Amino acid sequence: MKSADSQFENRESVVPQQPGFWRHYVFSTDHKVIGLQFLFSALIWLLMGGALAMAIRWQMAWPWTRIPIIGSWLFQSEGGQISPEFYTMLFTMHGTVMIFFVIIPLLLGAFGNYLIPLMIGARDMAFPKLNMLSYWLMWPAFISLLMAFFAPGYGPGAGWTAYPPLSTVWEASPGSGWAQTLWLISLLFVGVSSILGSINYIATILFLRAPGLDMLRLPMTIWGLLITAILQALALPVLTVALVMQLMDRHLGTGFFTPDNLIINNFETVGTVGQPLLWQHLFWFYSHPAVYIMILPIMGMVSDILCCFARKPLFGYRPMVYSMCAIAGMGFVVWGHHMFVSGMHPFMGTVFMISTMMIALPSSVKVFNWLATLWGGRIHFTTSMLFSISFISMFIIGGLSGIVMAANSIDEFVHDTYYIVAHFHYVLFGGTIMGVFSALYFWFPKMFGRMLNETAGKWHFLLTFVFLNGTFFPMHILGWRGFPRRMADPYFSGQFLDLLPLNRMITWCAFAMAAAQLIFIVNFFYSMFWGQRAGKNPWHANTLEWTVDSPPPHDNFQHIPTITRGPYEYSNPEHDEDYWPQADDSAGLEESINTPATKASER
Amino acid sequence: MLNLIGLLAQTESESLVPAAPEYRDGSYWFPEAASSFAKDVDPLFMLIFWVSLVFFAAIVGFMIYFVIKYRDRPGHKVEKSASHNTALEIAWSVLPGFLLIWFFVDGAAGFFNMRVTPGDAEQIQVIARQFNWEFHYPNGDATTELHLVRNRPVEFVMESRDVLHSFFVPAFRQKQDVVPGRYTYTWVKPTKEGIFRLYCTEYCGDSHSLMKTNVHVYNSQEERDQATFYPWEDETPIKNGQRLFNMKCSGCHNNNDVKKTGPGLGGIWGKMETLSDGSTVEVNDNYFRESLLNPGAKLVKGYANQMPSFQGKLNDDQIFWLRAYIKSLTPNAKIEDELNLPASEAREKVDTADGDKPAAE
Repeated sequence: MKSADSQFENRESVVPQQPGFWRHYVFSTDHKVIGLQFLFSALIWLLMGGALAMAIRWQMAWPWTRIPIIGSWLFQSEGGQISPEFYTMLFTMHGTVMIFFVIIPLLLGAFGNYLIPLMIGARDMAFPKLNMLSYWLMWPAFISLLMAFFAPGYGPGAGWTAYPPLSTVWEASPGSGWAQTLWLISLLFVGVSSILGSINYIATILFLRAPGLDMLRLPMTIWGLLITAILQALALPVLTVALVMQLMDRHLGTGFFTPDNLIINNFETVGTVGQPLLWQHLFWFYSHPAVYIMILPIMGMVSDILCCFARKPLFGYRPMVYSMCAIAGMGFVVWGHHMFVSGMHPFMGTVFMISTMMIALPSSVKVFNWLATLWGGRIHFTTSMLFSISFISMFIIGGLSGIVMAANSIDEFVHDTYYIVAHFHYVLFGGTIMGVFSALYFWFPKMFGRMLNETAGKWHFLLTFVFLNGTFFPMHILGWRGFPRRMADPYFSGQFLDLLPLNRMITWCAFAMAAAQLIFIVNFFYSMFWGQRAGKNPWHANTLEWTVDSPPPHDNFQHIPTITRGPYEYSNPEHDEDYWPQADDSAGLEESINTPATKASER
Repeated sequence: MLNLIGLLAQTESESLVPAAPEYRDGSYWFPEAASSFAKDVDPLFMLIFWVSLVFFAAIVGFMIYFVIKYRDRPGHKVEKSASHNTALEIAWSVLPGFLLIWFFVDGAAGFFNMRVTPGDAEQIQVIARQFNWEFHYPNGDATTELHLVRNRPVEFVMESRDVLHSFFVPAFRQKQDVVPGRYTYTWVKPTKEGIFRLYCTEYCGDSHSLMKTNVHVYNSQEERDQATFYPWEDETPIKNGQRLFNMKCSGCHNNNDVKKTGPGLGGIWGKMETLSDGSTVEVNDNYFRESLLNPGAKLVKGYANQMPSFQGKLNDDQIFWLRAYIKSLTPNAKIEDELNLPASEAREKVDTADGDKPAAE
């Protein structure tokens, strides 16, 4: 790419500068600082979302009983127990927080920002100020969602899917008032932030690659992030517009989603000739691709991590890229499988069914290629590797149960039951979150210059893995018994009382899984300050970020490296060492001991 | 809020309340198969389940084998292996494709079967609202529990009066959203006699989990008629009231003292109720009548103003019958003798009697 080369000649002259405190740590345009800002915000919201999940589990295991310790000050008016409105808020906010404030900001905001310029040999994003804006647009979203917790009805009460008319008519439920409006405003900010971010990522990856780094030499991580950013740029405007339409329905008297002549809670809707199903189409047109937005970057990162710790090239690089593109492309034509029971024409149902099932093919290509990557390698059992391997097996469970409900006739039965809950938690927790842990253990040394403790990491892995399965696997059983989602009191009128012991077991596992994360939190902060020093390339990995100091200096590279080979040259017999970095341009690679003193002198 | 043990105990001690229905749920496997759709769902589920299990075991088995065999240890070197293998890659992309086509054909056939109603089906209109179900039969009768005849296909024409709901009977394997502003359709052919659970599975508001009812499947039309469609005039006001209660009220009110969307109506006659403004009122004929015709006027504490008015929807006879039934739910309440006579005679007696004159207008 000639245009890219000429751009680098201009950027070569950038003089590293030391900005002041505010410009460096708060209103920074440095992609690394913004990446860490996203990382910390998302991890804090992860705690929040986890706490909400624990409260949901409490209600499923000990319905209508007082929550010890916190119950008395959380729900004074209810006598220390969860009320139905509060339960509604719990599952609404748990979904919203985990998807929009944790997983997407973690993958694209934190890892995307941190890794893209480093892995493609750029000094920063294509549009650094836009990048800063996309982080700071998250703050109005954070604040407005926090405010929603204090609005009447404890918080929004229509689920994270916000189906009208429950979400558009103020009288429909206790949480359909201001809380719902704040929820919409919050997501609107997230949407705009993510659209800006994704445009930035696409531009950066397409135009700022270092000389010699052509598209088929990109690490899979970058492929994953690129395809995800394209998905987001195409799908998210649809949701954003739908959010605005719902806001207009609520405040400006339009009638996109609310039908006429409904009497909801003694309130009559007049003169609005809307279609509730329109919202479902618009919502899922974004939110199904969002499922792939939440898994493709992790698939990329896991590919890189597997190769690094198996000391082997990736098996089938091109099929891996093509299968990712196929998953993304097909991801746009499967949204209807969320609406099989909405009254969709059976013909449309079968169209969405076949497209949904076909997505299993590129996904299985990825799984087989990962397996073949392990074959014949020299496998190092680091914590990061353990999380990556478990990502694959957990993702398989989530993927296979997806085929079960892609079959319409079975979906008629399991739709809106815990079978669905089990499925997407296997994909999003067993898949994405396990992958995120893998990536954190892998890139933490680059981010903070110190290693995470491996012993603590392995305990963290073991406990998380065991209790993750203890929590989510039995939910399949609940599901095929017909145990429904989103019920504050599924045991009402004595139904499902025989499932109470199973639910208690799930809750105990969920509590244990949450407790296991304490190990990670302690490890994270301890290692950040007192961990073993990492040096430039602790894992002997090939990609460009490992050729600079840990943490990398402002503007990343002293000289933009020239890339001479692909990212997976592990154990190449033509090379002495078992890894062969992508750039052997020694200018950017001189060995330096990573101490604060030498770092200062470099500047 | 809800004492489950209390609920179970309650239903057994109350003589007028029918014994707790015997549901056949239990076990950690599928609910019992009570409709013709089980053959569309269960075998395909098991097929995909076993195929998935084989794939999962194979992949994870290989993975564990590789991870152990190729672990890093002194002297172990990376083996020379292909970076890709076109034949292998095509094989593992195409072969699962055939399995998927099999699942697709099987699933689509079942889906069409579950969505296309046979021509001879009986039509039942379903009205869903926060938080109860109402079923209207071809003969004009209506109930809040669903009564079906075994082996008779029945089509449900469903509408919602407020938000989204979803009609789900696990034993029938059938589910269909009920969408406001349009009709949705579904059908079943029950194949087993018994009582099954029907509940809403689309989140519909804070009392969503209370939106449950029963499906009764009878062996014959006669049995179904006995349960619901007897001539009014021959029965006592209490019996008629019970039938009306089941048609109009039981979606939101229990006939014992357990709270549902509205308060339970068992044992309330003569009781002092605390209202939402803090004042109290005695549950008597007048309060009963006012609550039916103008439900928001004196709201019991802890409940939303959610009940629709029955002004113009119930005639005086019906209000009288309902009053008789609800009064009979309080064990100590004085039941007038005429309430145990056939309805046609009871009405005349009350009209001519002085004093405690119920539902007079």
